[in-house]
Amino acid sequence: MLEKIKADIEAAVPGCVLEMIPNGSPSGQHSLLVSPACAVEVARFLRDSPDLHLNYCSNVSGVDWLDTEISEKVKVKKRADGVEQEVDEIRKRQSPGFLEAVYHLYSMEKKHGPVILRLRTENRTDKVHLPSLTPVWRSAEFQEREIFDLYGIIFDGHPDLRRILMWDEFEDHPMRKDYIEPDDYEYEPTAHDDVLVKAKLHNA
Amino acid sequence: MTRETTTPTEEEMSPDFIDGGSEDELLEIALGPHHPSTHGVFRMDVALDGERVVKLKPVFGYLHRNHEKIAETASYLSSMPYTDRLDYMCSLTNNWAYALAVEKLAGLQVPERAEYIRVITAELTRLQNHASTIGFLTQEMGASGTPLMYAFREREKILDLFESLTGSRMMCNYMRFGGCRVELPSGWLEQTKKVVDAFPRFLDEYERLLTGNEIFMARAQGVGLLRKELAINAGVTGPMLRASGVNYDIRKVDKYGIYDRFDFKIPLGEHGDVYDRYMIRMLEMRESLKILNQALRDIPSGPVMDVKAKIRGFRPPAGEAYGRIESPKGELGFYLISDGSPNPYRYRVRPPSLINLTVLEDMCRGYSVADTIVIFGTVDIVLGEVDR
Repeated sequence: MLEKIKADIEAAVPGCVLEMIPNGSPSGQHSLLVSPACAVEVARFLRDSPDLHLNYCSNVSGVDWLDTEISEKVKVKKRADGVEQEVDEIRKRQSPGFLEAVYHLYSMEKKHGPVILRLRTENRTDKVHLPSLTPVWRSAEFQEREIFDLYGIIFDGHPDLRRILMWDEFEDHPMRKDYIEPDDYEYEPTAHDDVLVKAKLHNA
Repeated sequence: MTRETTTPTEEEMSPDFIDGGSEDELLEIALGPHHPSTHGVFRMDVALDGERVVKLKPVFGYLHRNHEKIAETASYLSSMPYTDRLDYMCSLTNNWAYALAVEKLAGLQVPERAEYIRVITAELTRLQNHASTIGFLTQEMGASGTPLMYAFREREKILDLFESLTGSRMMCNYMRFGGCRVELPSGWLEQTKKVVDAFPRFLDEYERLLTGNEIFMARAQGVGLLRKELAINAGVTGPMLRASGVNYDIRKVDKYGIYDRFDFKIPLGEHGDVYDRYMIRMLEMRESLKILNQALRDIPSGPVMDVKAKIRGFRPPAGEAYGRIESPKGELGFYLISDGSPNPYRYRVRPPSLINLTVLEDMCRGYSVADTIVIFGTVDIVLGEVDR
């Protein structure tokens, strides 16, 4: 099913980079990784195509994937005692982390689904922009605001991108995996010296 | 009774319409967060032109406790009692949605008897939720207390059943991955049958009081229209969607659990106004009673828990799953990502109450403040679920 959708998208939106993301769980819900550049076009195609008619975007979730260290075994030729030998060497490689927005799509007319789209940012720090799919499905409006609030993905083209659950002056993104809880929940710095000292130690 | 003075025209419902003045002359007020009609702590920042609503911005987060983050730091089972606190009117359907998602993630089977118990408890939950929603709605129209107390009288009977089954009236914490926590107490099915048999009498009484009531009709008919296309695009689900005439009920679409075995209908509205949303809930209660009668008749004996299910040291394989059910308020979904550890890597709740509020401004624009309260009442939200 998903292979056919992938082929359909590739035919309808030329030049779009798609990748199947397999799912190892018994649920068998595989997903499609869409490059952010063509995401809005792909979304419009999925919604308006008469075969798929995915007119209902049910769920939008943010996911935070941290930088990971991948260790690989590599065979290296080494000269030892004048003889060339093949030796196993473990090399470590940094795989950069990213933020992800996952869209679960259904069709209210054809009653099929879910078709799962994934959009990924380039990294977790400065390149965290993704195109907003709210112009295509309005149900993403509050959910994308929530991801902006809790994960810090900036959705370009969102009509009203503000914090939704945290207060406006709040600065961090609490759902990120490396978020550190403040020791003092007061927004204004308070006169509790011991609390401030503790907070300083914590963040050091 | 005439409504001519307050029913807005097409022009008045448009987003830019201000009656003979500029934007500076609008009166901005905050409805809530402490207002009895907001069902909790919810704020609507409203801009008024006289008595008419021109803009309405919902403000959330007063009850935010980052449920999702807490669940990521706890094992799968430890989140089960915490799902009770999402929509605290309907803890059993929350339990079911979470159990369903985890069962999908780990590929667990549920014994037949447990499936029947799940259906019975979920439909009882739907009965008490819809009855009290209508009660609150009439309260907000000014029917001070009487219909609400009628609904609460019936709700109490259902909560008594929950208490004898689970030990708690509202925070039930009853479902487990692969079944239910305990066997039914003796005599529970007979007691449930009595409550189900007595329920139609209450519904008839309730309908005699409201359905043809002149004041109720004047306040409800033609108010808060929601078009079909907008409802679909904005992801509105549950009775609100079906009141706008869209035939989409996850019990019929996904046939999760054993819903394909029951004979029941999906009531649909025509106009998508407040009255239709009231009527859909009334009719859904009657359909729930049909399901309950069939389930109580057919429930087999057997275990309530899959013998192979692991309670301690539960680790689903790495992967992800999205499970959803038709909760009384709409589509309640759980999205879980497992990395093979005892805690979920990602735990996401798809709250129907929050997403149904997307269209609140569109429904209220052009109506008076008093109508806004009524329209808001038909969305049927619980803040524990909106803010999470």
